[in-house]
Amino acid sequence: MKPFDYVEIRVPAKTQYVSVARLTISGLANRVGFTYDDIEDLKLAASEAITNAVQHAYSADEDGEVVIGCALYKEKMEIMVTDHGKSFNFEETKAKIGPYHNLEEASILREGGLGIYLIETLMDEVKIHHEEGVTVFMTKHVGIKQVDQNVEHLTS
Amino acid sequence: MNISVELFEKNMNVKGIIKGEIDAFTAPVLRENLLDISLKENILIELDLTDVSYMDSTGLGVFVGIYKSVNALNGQLKLTGLSSRLKRLFDITGLVEIMDIQTREEVMIDETV
Repeated sequence: MKPFDYVEIRVPAKTQYVSVARLTISGLANRVGFTYDDIEDLKLAASEAITNAVQHAYSADEDGEVVIGCALYKEKMEIMVTDHGKSFNFEETKAKIGPYHNLEEASILREGGLGIYLIETLMDEVKIHHEEGVTVFMTKHVGIKQVDQNVEHLTS
Repeated sequence: MNISVELFEKNMNVKGIIKGEIDAFTAPVLRENLLDISLKENILIELDLTDVSYMDSTGLGVFVGIYKSVNALNGQLKLTGLSSRLKRLFDITGLVEIMDIQTREEVMIDETV
């Protein structure tokens, strides 16, 4: 038996499907047993990755697809988002982003570009692959701190 | 999924009530609605986000955008009624240090005083 259940979501690269994928991921994270806050973090991180895939990887007139693969383990969830389209340079993007600092002039506040920064903050591990488009791998473990060790998880 | 934006303009002040989810699909709608505000010197804009149930970086982009425009006119932008989830977004990004943000709890304390 495989150590995980695999669920794949395939949606058109259009912004109206980001919320559909987000809600599906929320349901899957609930199955794994994440806390409310962790589920919200997963929803946010996945939305950011899917939004990047939709917005950066496809020109407006191209009919692309975004594929979201979810591996559900006993105590962690892996999410893979791939655009299989035109790629954007993650390292280059990453170098330009980061937290806002108090001293920074308001006029140089950057709009957008925060997506990748948020993903890295909200998830435990993040990896990027650059083959045939961009693929973002991200992992989140069920928080040990929040889980009462004496409580048995119901498996259905 | 939907978003609604209601704006009330009175003299130098604008109050707005935003409801719904703010993501890549709805953020452009939000931006367009907020562009309807006629920006003047020293303008005061207060946006109530009590009924915003979800927001991601696309929403932050919209608010940073109007913050910059308003700030350039010596005006003020205030965001109120944020849930702990929305507050977290502003915390993580450091925007909490720059922008005027009030959480739901802070609003309630204000009202009881």
